[in-house]
Amino acid sequence: MDLLEIRHLSLNFGGIVALKNVHMTVKKGQIHAIIGPNGAGKTSLFNCLSGVYIPTEGEILVEGKNITGLKPHKIARLGIARTFQNIELFANMNVIDNLLLGRHIHMNSGPFSGSFFYGKALREEVGNRLKVEEIIDFLEIEKVRKQLVGSLPYGIQKRVELGRALTMDPKILLLDEPAAGMNVEETEDIARFVLDINEELGMTIILVEHDMGVVMDIVDEITVLDFGSKIANGNPREIQANPKVIEAYLGQDE
Amino acid sequence: MAIRSKTFRESYYEDIKLFKTIWIKSWIGLFLMVLAVLPLIGDPYIIYLINISCIATIAALGLNILTGFTGQISLGHAAFFAIGAYCTAIISSRFQVPFWICLPASGVLAACAGLFVGIPCLRLKGLYLAMATMSFGVVVEYVVITWDSVTKGVRGISVPTLNLLGYPLDSNNKLYYFLIVLTALAIIAATNLMRTRVGRAFIAIRDRDIAAEVMGVSLTQYKVMAFAISSFYAGIAGGLYAYVMEYIHPEHFTFLLSVQYLAMIIVGGLGSILGSIFGAVFITIIPEFIKGLAQFLTLLFPAIEDKYDDGWNIAAFGLLIMLFLIFEPKGLSGIWTRIKTCFKNWPYTY
Ligand SMILES: Nc1ncnc2c1ncn2[C@@H]1O[C@H](COP(=O)(O)OP(=O)(O)OP(=O)(O)O)[C@@H](O)[C@H]1O
Ligand SMILES: [Mg+2]
Repeated sequence: MDLLEIRHLSLNFGGIVALKNVHMTVKKGQIHAIIGPNGAGKTSLFNCLSGVYIPTEGEILVEGKNITGLKPHKIARLGIARTFQNIELFANMNVIDNLLLGRHIHMNSGPFSGSFFYGKALREEVGNRLKVEEIIDFLEIEKVRKQLVGSLPYGIQKRVELGRALTMDPKILLLDEPAAGMNVEETEDIARFVLDINEELGMTIILVEHDMGVVMDIVDEITVLDFGSKIANGNPREIQANPKVIEAYLGQDE
Repeated sequence: MAIRSKTFRESYYEDIKLFKTIWIKSWIGLFLMVLAVLPLIGDPYIIYLINISCIATIAALGLNILTGFTGQISLGHAAFFAIGAYCTAIISSRFQVPFWICLPASGVLAACAGLFVGIPCLRLKGLYLAMATMSFGVVVEYVVITWDSVTKGVRGISVPTLNLLGYPLDSNNKLYYFLIVLTALAIIAATNLMRTRVGRAFIAIRDRDIAAEVMGVSLTQYKVMAFAISSFYAGIAGGLYAYVMEYIHPEHFTFLLSVQYLAMIIVGGLGSILGSIFGAVFITIIPEFIKGLAQFLTLLFPAIEDKYDDGWNIAAFGLLIMLFLIFEPKGLSGIWTRIKTCFKNWPYTY
């Protein structure tokens, strides 16, 4: 069984068609890229997967379970985590607290035990702090761990946002343009992190990215969207040779 | 001095301790000592002002949890305070219920009212939420005035003396210690709440609600929870207010009081526990300064004699809210943090 299956997915905003009858499957353990020109519907697809948008038609199945129409916080508990195209960190919290928020679904102390911070709540804080510190080490952001994220440089913020999704310990990680706005060196770092997350942490990754160098280097499979429709699917070699894809990109850029 | 800020802490247990250094512990100890001996040397009126400040602090903590930390504005905080005050006043005067039932009952009743308001307001934001909570305040005020058989309407209710295990707290000096202890508890509870799971979820909702939801925070559950907790604090504060004033009247709980609480958290610092305390104390004593100012002005301009009234305070609160929003959005707690950093790094400035 595929880890993720998307069937006949459509999404309309009034007259605008953001997604049109999209089919795709993602296999467990893979790095799967979604590419396409600006406005193709990549972010909209992520928003449907994470429950931010409710699709007009179609179904989304995770391990065979239908999650279509569930609220985002329920979907989070089913093991889907994401980052955003425009960083959506909690700017007034420090890095540790941002990452601890990723542990929210793995904790359960309520307002009462929280207020008096006794036993369970305290143990829970410390136990999850360990997990957070592991991710901080993994992403090499030890130096900024106590800083407010609002004051960090863009590249580091992107990395913290990635860390926040990782602390959720998801089965599927959705990354919306993780390398956007980064220089060559930062882009290489991110590519390395994506590979490590996939291999060491064993997460399945769906990646939206415009940097074709990165995409062709690291992913196993690619789905191409154009004007909300899927126009191609295959491994990087097949996609590079696909005339429809070349046309979609040429029609857009030049 | 510079070493202090670079102390190495061994475990995460150490890292999450409330009072980390020996310095902070000694300062707090000293402060508690001053508070302990104050009633022995202080003027009774000062003690009364401290008592009122304690009550304001508890209520302001509640509003700050809702508005400052969770980002849900409320202009009806006085209503929950009134519900708490009337709950204590009514059950203690009619049925001689002891304080240790009255106060929790006030908190719980106010929290239920908070749920009642919070649930239908879930989809409201900003201005609309402000209007809805304000309307609730008006409704409660109206009910208190007109439901004569229970609230005694505009005649007001006398509240029996708080009896602490056979020891009647019949003066402000006696109530003082009781209030200080409860306020300290409220401050510690709020501090802990805000640095654990629930508090983080509140702040996340304020900063980025969609991201919070995608991380697994149920907006419905946590917004309603913020309303209930906030109202619980207001209810407890209201109950204490009934005991301190010994007599309560609908006029004590008008829209102006809600504005006053909002002024406290804005002046003190939105989203800051320390700010709630600073703001509550500041706004409580400011009318005293205005009274003094009015007396002084009367010397200069005899024409304004006896013109001092509540209007002066309303104007002052309005002016303060405006000035702080423009010049110091982080409030008194922001100023405090700056002073502290300055001292910590002294003599190195950067
Ligand atoms: N909330 C919304 N309301 C109305 N239209 C929307 C909304 N969100 C997306 N759209 C429209 O849906 C289409 C797809 O947008 P989407 O953001 O998914 O594109 P994208 O592939 O992520 O593009 P980019 O590469 O620029 O990020 C666009 O035409 C966009 O204007
Ligand atoms: Mg996009």
